[in-house]
Amino acid sequence: MSVLRPFDKLPALNSAILLLVGSDEGLQQKLAEAMLREKKSFRINIRIATSLPLPSEGDHLRPRIDLIAFMIDIKSKYSLRNVEASLAYVDASFFLGKVCFLVTGVGRLNCCSVEMSAIWKLREVYSSPVLFCELELEGIRVATAQRLLRMLEICAGLIPGVSALYFGSLMSRSANF
Amino acid sequence: MDEIVAEYIRRTVLKIPRDEIKTVLQKWGFLSEVQLQTINFCQIKENISQDVVQLCEENSAGIKQAAVLDIIYNHIYSNKRVWSVYQMNKTGEEMDFFDLTDFKKKFKRRLQSALTNVTINFREYEDNAIWIRIAWGTPYTKPNQYKTSYVVYHSQTPYVFISVSVLKSNLPLLCQALVAASNYHDIHEMELRSHSLNSLKDIVFKRYSQNFQSYYPRPIQERNVAPENSRINQENRNEKERIQRVNLEVFGDGPQPKLEFARYKLETMFKSDPQMNVLNKKEPFRCLVKFSSPHLLESLKSLAPVGMADAPLSPLLTCIPHKARNYFKIKEKKGVSPRSFVSP
Repeated sequence: MSVLRPFDKLPALNSAILLLVGSDEGLQQKLAEAMLREKKSFRINIRIATSLPLPSEGDHLRPRIDLIAFMIDIKSKYSLRNVEASLAYVDASFFLGKVCFLVTGVGRLNCCSVEMSAIWKLREVYSSPVLFCELELEGIRVATAQRLLRMLEICAGLIPGVSALYFGSLMSRSANF
Repeated sequence: MDEIVAEYIRRTVLKIPRDEIKTVLQKWGFLSEVQLQTINFCQIKENISQDVVQLCEENSAGIKQAAVLDIIYNHIYSNKRVWSVYQMNKTGEEMDFFDLTDFKKKFKRRLQSALTNVTINFREYEDNAIWIRIAWGTPYTKPNQYKTSYVVYHSQTPYVFISVSVLKSNLPLLCQALVAASNYHDIHEMELRSHSLNSLKDIVFKRYSQNFQSYYPRPIQERNVAPENSRINQENRNEKERIQRVNLEVFGDGPQPKLEFARYKLETMFKSDPQMNVLNKKEPFRCLVKFSSPHLLESLKSLAPVGMADAPLSPLLTCIPHKARNYFKIKEKKGVSPRSFVSP
């Protein structure tokens, strides 16, 4: 059961790698495709996983991961529990700006079964930003894909002068005040 | 023709969707083809029903014919009713020949001797099923044709499908009559209910896609040949395959029988030290969980593949077709460890 570390592999040239962790694979696939469709100046690779730890047999092939996005479906308690269990397999240094929580299903709050306080608590404990979205809607999916791409670009160190840690603290500030 | 019969036929016709009225009437066979041709089936249903009643008047239809029309309607639209399954038991092993006329005679006699006013009609279908329609009355009131009970009996099997009317008080009598007429000894409800009669038949006659093969040979692992050049990579490919395999083992690969709900009643006692005197009542805690869906078993089947539940679902959920019941009572085992539950 290996813990995922951010810096134990060398980065590839001009590329960024995103790891999407969540139980709803259909939505992950859609979001990944939306991200690939966006115009960008670097190569991206998206890894889709249902939970962590990642299977060890692919370890030597897996590139260095720049950003982990944990997807929580607000309509399913199971997805929250899945994410909470997966968080244990992430090295602490990842939480210096290279993790975000993607909360989907916000458009249907009447079917909500995850309490908002649980999500706020995740943000506090792991000091990582929370993005709200509704991935089933085309427009919001595209917007979310653009946001994630921008964050990914920063986390991969492709923007001079802005580091993941700086960006992460910026995000948490804006959410707190 | 009786006023009640005319009104009954009219209302039955009104229940049928307009495009189907002609085929239903043809199945009924009471009106001749020539008579049917005189009806304009393109007008509103209200007028069609008036025309049908008029023609029935000419043929002087009785309640018997009207009842047959109702049976045909209920046979086609059987999913408008809720059916529950009953099983009959025999004590001895005596083989006896099933005689349909004898069955009908005994059944009728039993009910009529108790109630006097009761309308009973039979209709046989080609799959060995006997459809029985019962309109209940009392010794002093006429049978109510709108609150009927339906019984579907397959003569070679111990199973009976009953759709009770609103007048539930007649159910014990109906069961008695069935047991007596079919030479069985005892009848009990199986706690299996659904709108779809055919799915219930599939379950109790074991016609649904069962899985007998407990081991599925895994394809040889092609290690590390996953296309690494693509820009979207699945990390948990093996896990996905495992879920698919487990699902196949549990549900089989065919379509599932259609059930709309499953109900679980939990009764558990509060356990504490008797000296502490906390909640020392003998009353158990009760909890009722009801799962409902337009197609319950299919939705259970797709829970794990879409990532909404862990792969082998609880046996309490997956045993529904196998145990042929969708109403469960979960109690504690008496005298054993408090964590183990048994479902009777």
